[in-house]
Amino acid sequence: MRRFLRTALLLPFLALAFPVEAQVPFGQASGVKEGLEIGTSTSEIAIASDFRGADLTIFGALTNADELFLAIGQYDVVVTLEGPKDYATVRKKERVFGIWMNTEGLTFEQVPESYSLASTRMIDSIDEAPSLNNIGVGIDHLALNPVGYIPDSGMIGEFRDAYRRLKLSNGLYQRDTSGVRFVSSSLFRASLKLPANIPDGMHMVRAYLFKSGQLINQREMPLRVVKTGIEQAITDAAHDRPLAYGFLCVLIAIITGWGASIVFRKD
Amino acid sequence: MTVYLPIAELSVNIFIILGMGAAVGFLSGMFGVGGGFLITPLLIFYNIPPVVAVATGANQVVASSISGAITHFRRGTLDMKLGSVLLIGGLAGATAGVWVFSWLRRIGQLDLFISLLYVVLLSSIGALMLQESVRAMRRAKNNNPLPIKRPGQHNWVHRLPLKMRFKKSKIYLSAIPVVGLGFGIGVLTSIMGVGGGFIMVPAMIYLLRIPTSVVVGTSLFQIIFVTAYTTMVQAATNYSVDIVLATILMVAGVIGAQYGVRVGQKLRGEQLRALLALLVLAVGIRLAIGLIVTPNDVYSVAVGGMSY
Repeated sequence: MRRFLRTALLLPFLALAFPVEAQVPFGQASGVKEGLEIGTSTSEIAIASDFRGADLTIFGALTNADELFLAIGQYDVVVTLEGPKDYATVRKKERVFGIWMNTEGLTFEQVPESYSLASTRMIDSIDEAPSLNNIGVGIDHLALNPVGYIPDSGMIGEFRDAYRRLKLSNGLYQRDTSGVRFVSSSLFRASLKLPANIPDGMHMVRAYLFKSGQLINQREMPLRVVKTGIEQAITDAAHDRPLAYGFLCVLIAIITGWGASIVFRKD
Repeated sequence: MTVYLPIAELSVNIFIILGMGAAVGFLSGMFGVGGGFLITPLLIFYNIPPVVAVATGANQVVASSISGAITHFRRGTLDMKLGSVLLIGGLAGATAGVWVFSWLRRIGQLDLFISLLYVVLLSSIGALMLQESVRAMRRAKNNNPLPIKRPGQHNWVHRLPLKMRFKKSKIYLSAIPVVGLGFGIGVLTSIMGVGGGFIMVPAMIYLLRIPTSVVVGTSLFQIIFVTAYTTMVQAATNYSVDIVLATILMVAGVIGAQYGVRVGQKLRGEQLRALLALLVLAVGIRLAIGLIVTPNDVYSVAVGGMSY
């Protein structure tokens, strides 16, 4: 009820913001389920080593949208880019005998290494927290499940907050609450920020369509992030052929040391 | 000009790294040390992750020790048999060290442990060196000649079983303390990224009573193989050797070392040793401050791995 009242109050302003093309009687076309389509120009992003961050634009369209609901801004779109998932360990330092050392740690299972979100407005004003938690949309609503035995369950919240804060501060987690804009009544454009330190691997673009605060449709699309250049070739070699890589390091050392003793020989 | 270090995952100014390598190379040439115990803390100060600094430091020591070892090999001041026995211990120690290293990393105590070890080692070595050089300076001032040391021919080390004859060194010595010394140095190599010559040389002279003439060459021989082995094992288990960083450091280091050797031959030893001692102490104190000062953020996050 409160939600309806708020909408009713906002109605005159929204009507100004979104020019209505045709006045459609209430309830028409509401029997048909709204569809959602998204697309990017590429399914693979190549990032060079001098990459300093960029925007990824994703286009999408609503189909069978109710003109009236569209006009009064009852449709909300959230687009996310989730990085590859891995365990993440948060550690807390405390002073022990005058020295700062890690004393407590908590590992969360399978959280995305990077997470970028764009939405039509603040996601907490789109839907209520419990249902966002349920679908795991939004930095504050991502599932952060601790692994193993936790002696003090009170510390979980504190570690979750620290995790989100650290990820936001190093840019791996980003949000732009005005990143999704409707370019026409049913076409939207989402700008997702790719951080400079974006991990490579399989990312997932997810788009969620909300109608009056209810998730009614979602789409997902894989996006491969590939790092290119000599630096990435080195990283790959270090991980894929570690013995050969180590041998090469030693070989360079031998050549450098030996070479210097030949070049600088005093005869 | 910045260069991206692929394993350390950060961009650095190439001239700072070159300068660091050249300066440490210069000092290592001047004092005949490997330089690992200076390069690793310097890299840590420059925000290189300690995991990478240690593994890359070990790699750098290979380059800085090799030309010295070649020289000693040519002169015949290298006891291969003694070196091989040391090496057996060294390889075992490096293996154990890498295992401890990975374990400390897993439980999130690696950075602290590396810093603590360095603080203890640098402050004790620095203090000893300073004391020794001040004493030498006083002696030079008073024109007193160096007292001729007559070390006792035998100590507890020489009563151990499993004796072996080392022809080149002209000694008959138990293999146990030799392997044990190699083991200890091997552990330090993999945890701290040092060659360990600054501990091994005095230990060989004063503890094992090995003739001074073969000590440096033999220790260099074992350092090369242990640091090369450590580089390989670190690369295979922790993926933490940064080939770009190592190459820059090595090239600058070996050139710096050549000039260091020349300068070292011309200048007076005591003052130089006192300076090195002060430098070593300063690095140790700086690391100690890093442990005490309240960090900006008491939380940190690491990707992957399971803790506790």
